[in-house]
Amino acid sequence: MKVRIHVSLKPGVLDPQGRAVHHALDGLGFEGVQDVRIGRLVEMEVADSTTDEALDEMCSRLLANTVIENYRIEKVDA
Amino acid sequence: MKTAVVTFPGSNCDRDMWVALRDVSGKDPVKVWHGDADLPDGLDFIALPGGFSYGDYLRSGAMAANSPIMRSVAAAAERGVPVLGVCNGFQVLTEARLLPGALMRNAKQTFICRTVPLVVENDTSLFTSAYTKGETIHIPVAHHDGNYFAEDAVLDRLEGEGRVAFRYGENWNGSRRDIAGILNEAGNVLGMMPHPERAIEADHGGSDGRRLFEGVIGSLVGV
Repeated sequence: MKVRIHVSLKPGVLDPQGRAVHHALDGLGFEGVQDVRIGRLVEMEVADSTTDEALDEMCSRLLANTVIENYRIEKVDA
Repeated sequence: MKTAVVTFPGSNCDRDMWVALRDVSGKDPVKVWHGDADLPDGLDFIALPGGFSYGDYLRSGAMAANSPIMRSVAAAAERGVPVLGVCNGFQVLTEARLLPGALMRNAKQTFICRTVPLVVENDTSLFTSAYTKGETIHIPVAHHDGNYFAEDAVLDRLEGEGRVAFRYGENWNGSRRDIAGILNEAGNVLGMMPHPERAIEADHGGSDGRRLFEGVIGSLVGV
């Protein structure tokens, strides 16, 4: 089974990288960009028997730092 | 006095740390490799050095925090063995949840490499007893991810319990409340972004960092 883990900074945590990209988009002349936040996408191929609990633990113990990041687990249909 | 320096793949301040500990303690520290499952018996002090462990993959310190040796380091910290994490070592300690908060990309996105003024906030801890509260010392920093973040409640608690060891004299990297180094609840784990091991000789960038090692080694010898 294919799984995508979407890791994003928690609301309220400043994202200097996103802010710099926002400025760059402004510089390119794109109008109306109101906010940019950079996250991380982890794509995994796991055994079909992998439990939701195991996936959640993978995220909370390693793939995301829950002090500053949220994560969302997406199972992708083949 | 038995000290140890842990080397992860990508550590690059491990030798400087080793020399600092040797100079101050008078004994060669033990070199420990990240893949070792166990620490040597009878350690009095453990240092996690700076560098770019595992190439900063995923997040700075995230991979090292899950390496085999860190289970033993966590167990030793739990027993009360003093643990010092500098720079990447600080990042590893937060990722291992031995210290609260996280170290994010510097606010201005730039790598900062310079000697900075630090204000000593706590002069009663194991690590800071050789300093005077309110004193300004000068210690080099060299990092890209030193922007300390924790939620307000965590910061309030750190400050209320006297667990902020050092603050930046000027906020270089965006750290909340100018925090440069913090202690754990028991006071035996210190994480700091500045490099005291790079300031142990007057001829090499000053010796303000030496007192940190003299303080902690001295208090251990006295036990």
